Amino acid sequence: MTSATPSYASAGTPAEQEPSAFAEIRQETLALTRRLFLQLQRRPSTLVAGVLQPLIWLILFGALFANAPTGLLPGGESYGRFLGAGVIVFTAFSAALNAGLPVMFDREFGFLNRLLVAPLRSRSSIVLASVLYITSLSLVQSLAIMATAALLGYGWPGGAGLLLVLVTLLLLVFAVTALSLGLAFALPGHIELIAVIFVANLPLLFASTALAPLAFMPAWLRWLASINPLTFAIEPIRAAYAGQVSLSAVVMEAPYGSLTTTTCLLILTALAAGLFLLIRPLLDRKLA
Amino acid sequence: MVSRSGERVIELQHLSKHYGSVQALDGLSLHVPQGCLYGLLGPNGAGKTTCLRILCTLLSPESGSVSVAGVDALAQPRQVRRLLGYVAQEVAIDKILSGRELLQLQGDLYHLPTSERDRRIVELVDLLGMEEWIDRRCGSYSGGMRRRLDLATGLLHRPRVLVLDEPTVGLDIESRAAIWQVLRQLRDQGTTVLLSSHYLEEVDALADRLAIVEAGRVIAEGTPSELKGALGGDRVTLRVREFSTAEEAERVRGLLVACGGVRQVVVNRAQGYSLNLVVDDTAVLETLRHQLMQADLPVFALAQSRPSLDDVYLQATGRTLMDAELAVAGSRDPKAERKQAMR
Repeated sequence: MTSATPSYASAGTPAEQEPSAFAEIRQETLALTRRLFLQLQRRPSTLVAGVLQPLIWLILFGALFANAPTGLLPGGESYGRFLGAGVIVFTAFSAALNAGLPVMFDREFGFLNRLLVAPLRSRSSIVLASVLYITSLSLVQSLAIMATAALLGYGWPGGAGLLLVLVTLLLLVFAVTALSLGLAFALPGHIELIAVIFVANLPLLFASTALAPLAFMPAWLRWLASINPLTFAIEPIRAAYAGQVSLSAVVMEAPYGSLTTTTCLLILTALAAGLFLLIRPLLDRKLA
Repeated sequence: MVSRSGERVIELQHLSKHYGSVQALDGLSLHVPQGCLYGLLGPNGAGKTTCLRILCTLLSPESGSVSVAGVDALAQPRQVRRLLGYVAQEVAIDKILSGRELLQLQGDLYHLPTSERDRRIVELVDLLGMEEWIDRRCGSYSGGMRRRLDLATGLLHRPRVLVLDEPTVGLDIESRAAIWQVLRQLRDQGTTVLLSSHYLEEVDALADRLAIVEAGRVIAEGTPSELKGALGGDRVTLRVREFSTAEEAERVRGLLVACGGVRQVVVNRAQGYSLNLVVDDTAVLETLRHQLMQADLPVFALAQSRPSLDDVYLQATGRTLMDAELAVAGSRDPKAERKQAMR
């Protein structure tokens, strides 16, 4: 045994100067994020399923309407090309919706208590780690779907288009992650959380412009789709895929007016910020 | 060893806490001196876990104060968390991680520099005999392995105070002995150790001081020998021969009664005329031996037993610990308690 180990016995005495908050928050956040990635690496089923499901959508739905009369869709695009944007957004959305699950399991199994007993510099590190993890996971999954869509001949947004796609996805992922983390602290257990995820997932997909344009929908559904956050992410991405990378371009003709790319992005930003503000008191209470 | 500087490291004053209609703590106060191995003894449901959770800043009391090494835990919880190592009763580990990875995570949460963290992990792996399995995933560990790993996570940052909630419940004898040995060693190195237990023999064997907790209050406090001594003397059984006669027993009784410091001398006819007595001071036994020798009487057997902690518990509460456990077992709601523990 080594004998030259320094002692921490006096840790916390007032005289001791505190190391920088940034360094401590970085250390604890990285450690917590690393844990989530180790879990993913050893149980990659979440990653695989998260890519497989949208892939099946893309291939099956794409094939289902492959023979739709040309000229049916606005601009005369093929259905596969149209569907691509929807499935990419759906991929990111589903991944982010699961953000709360690891947190819920930590609550249930008492691992969270281990974190709360530790002298974390900021308990936001716990939330930050989840956000970092789920953001990278959902972006990787979305990129995998984008690559597959490109191989299927559904196109690839070039340069500025790619940047627009990533920014849009990021905003949506932030908003949905906030929602899911809020649910993870508000609901009593993982059964309830999975039930909510299960119920929320598909209706949000159908009541958006992922599978069909607004013009195809009855008036009530058109309204619903026009306030669905997924739509605000799908339309700018669809425009980017169509090679229309202008912030001021009108990408969506909602019943209440025309929306430009900028408007869609602002709505998503406001949604993400609003949701984080909304769940903050809850997190403060649960992590107090 | 009990009190090196006389300083009180842990001070809990008049803690109260309710869970719904159940009063878990009812004005509990506790003072633990520096460098002491302190036992919290009581049946399940007496409030031990609630008390420890409050000390470790997981719960806030409705009233009362908590201070660790002079730091107010309610006002400055983060400072207190650094001073404490907490080994919870429910083993919360991540099954997917290896033991080493869990320790690395723990080290980062306590902001140890990486090199120091890894050196400390090697030390603890050695100390707790975890070499063989530390790089296996936690999911494959036995109860004893988990508890050792948990102890290691509590010790990683060299806390001044180590808090353990029922550290050896359900463990095999070997693991229990290993944990006891480590706790004694820590105490000898100056760490203050506070553990809760509902095993009398554990507290008796380990603790320098103990508090008996009943219904959310401390009802008796002191060193094990003080508490037992307060009951009054040692129980002694004396046999001059394997089987004495009634006359001989009476003769011995006369001798004993004449001797100072001996009380309650009873001739036990059912046990071959052996004699039961209570002595306040064990030195009296030497005098007794001497007098018996002078009277030309042999000593076949002299058994001395101190009052047990069970006797102390019985005296303080009017029932045995076993009866208390049974009474409480029926009245608890594990589901509600788990929900309470969840954040």
